[in-house]
Amino acid sequence: MSHTDTRRTTVGGGGVVQVTGELIATRRAGAYHHLTFVAPGLAELARPGQFVALSVGGPTSANLLRRCFSIHKVSPSGTYGGTVDVVVAAHGAGTQWLTALRAHDEVDIVGPLGRPFPLPKEPLACVLVGGGYGSAPLFWLAEALRERGCHVEMVLGAATEARLFGVVEARRFADGVTVTTDDGSTGTRGWVSDVLPDVLRRTGAAVVYGCGPMGMLRSVTQVAAAEGAVAQVAVEESMACGVGVCMTCVMPVAGKDGVTRMVRSCVEGPVFRGDRVRWDAFADGVCRVPADAVGAPRESGH
Amino acid sequence: MAVDTAVPTAVDRSVDMSVDLAGALLPSPMMTASGCAANGPELARLFDLTELGAFVTKSVMAEPRSGRGTPRMSETPSGMLNSIGLQGPGISAFVEKDLAWLDRAGARALVSIAGNTSGEFADVAAALRASDAFGCVVGVEVNISCPNVANRGLVFACDPLASAKVVALVREQLPRDVPIFAKLTPDVTDIVSVAQACVKAGASGLTMINTLLGMVIDTDRLRPQVAGVTGGLSGPAVRPVAVRAVWQTRAAMLEGRLPVVPIIGVGGVRTGRDALELVAAGASAVQVGTATFNDPTAPVRVGRELAQLLRDKGFERLTDAVGVAHGRVAR
Repeated sequence: MSHTDTRRTTVGGGGVVQVTGELIATRRAGAYHHLTFVAPGLAELARPGQFVALSVGGPTSANLLRRCFSIHKVSPSGTYGGTVDVVVAAHGAGTQWLTALRAHDEVDIVGPLGRPFPLPKEPLACVLVGGGYGSAPLFWLAEALRERGCHVEMVLGAATEARLFGVVEARRFADGVTVTTDDGSTGTRGWVSDVLPDVLRRTGAAVVYGCGPMGMLRSVTQVAAAEGAVAQVAVEESMACGVGVCMTCVMPVAGKDGVTRMVRSCVEGPVFRGDRVRWDAFADGVCRVPADAVGAPRESGH
Repeated sequence: MAVDTAVPTAVDRSVDMSVDLAGALLPSPMMTASGCAANGPELARLFDLTELGAFVTKSVMAEPRSGRGTPRMSETPSGMLNSIGLQGPGISAFVEKDLAWLDRAGARALVSIAGNTSGEFADVAAALRASDAFGCVVGVEVNISCPNVANRGLVFACDPLASAKVVALVREQLPRDVPIFAKLTPDVTDIVSVAQACVKAGASGLTMINTLLGMVIDTDRLRPQVAGVTGGLSGPAVRPVAVRAVWQTRAAMLEGRLPVVPIIGVGGVRTGRDALELVAAGASAVQVGTATFNDPTAPVRVGRELAQLLRDKGFERLTDAVGVAHGRVAR
């Protein structure tokens, strides 16, 4: 699997634009909001798995930090010029501002950012797993995979039916769809990791793509390893800038050399090979620096 | 003073924005702020780094450092709290990779250095001087005021003697024509006494302010929000503190209590108007930090806005506006 051609664009090589995006459509989608912005120049550059960083609150906003969203889809040449779609869950001041926007309101958008999902060169079977609105980037990924002749199945899970995103779209973009909910309100009662082993065995999938909460990505990685598949996961780390300068979105990831470093999920991710992420460092809402990480604090502390 | 508000915009005369910072001749007063711009390639995707007077690198120490765990930040009203913990590659990797990149990019680098001990500051300065890319270094910023260190609020810059020791050791390691700027914390009773100690020890100028030590509680979990418990507060919320610190220090220079050295103003600058506040209070150059997270082009955008404002107010040179407010205190 190789995608070095796309990786090179993220740091130092351009490939990023900052545009004033005009909102042209906003609609509810279950517990979420689906927003479409005109963002000239961005759509042509974007690949599945990349994200955009939106400013919130306008030019004098007291909320300075960018809100980052994985790209749900892009249309390079729509009626209005290139557009980019994101899915937003309104759970804080910034996201509430975004979901209260009306058509023709403007938002400053930086993107596309981060490394995209690597695509297999061979037409392999792939399973795409989305937790909640983490499924947002998986549909155009499915499209890209099927263009390469891959058999694509999707597994979508959420706490409740309202918190699923894109079940109808999934049936259009994938060759098979399995749905789980914690409360059994639709699909199989349980977690995506409960149904994933069967889906992997039945399809003989070589690659599992995941996007959603950290806990889910960890189990997806474990299931993939047990079934002999490679996991590629897009992480959700809290970011302040999205462009690689604030150093807040770091997480411990082992490199090809086996050495763990605290890396920025915005430029070295958000997509990582699941088996390289140091899941053992995450617990109780914090991520500790593993003792064997490069430059880890010694006993005297930092 | 002539005010040419009748002239719309565009092609009238331009303001001379060049500055001489203790021998460092810069075409613009605008800089990134240490720790808010990484080390170059990230922002070079969005603007031309040579448009800046100087690119200020993230504080580098002797050895690689992972920094702290996460969460590392919390958004606060018009600002943020951060607890990164001086993550960095260590001086060897920094000069080989990051500084070499800045050199190739044609950027002017103001290199921020840090240390756990005064000796470490000196070692870092020595390694920097010995590096192949030292030619792009227009100055060294001595970060004696990062709150994200083991002893927390008790940073070097809280103690005039400790500050002087660091500055003197760094001064010994660098050629005389390379200016060094001591970066000060406003979390002190008398910032002027710390500035006096630094200048006496050989600081060519002062950078102020670093972040203020702060704290946020996560009210869902009822525990400290950031993994490092306390952190540095930055952003527009702290700008009046920066203006005050620059003002007090410049006033001490005008009163003869402190040798006249250039001040680099930093703290909460988001617009050209904000930068003009620091300039009028006494800053010869201005760094843009946290606002870069909101708008990655802020360091250069603010510079253009500042030039426009100066022109609107009839200034021909930026240097004529430095400290101008000291002569205009309402009586």
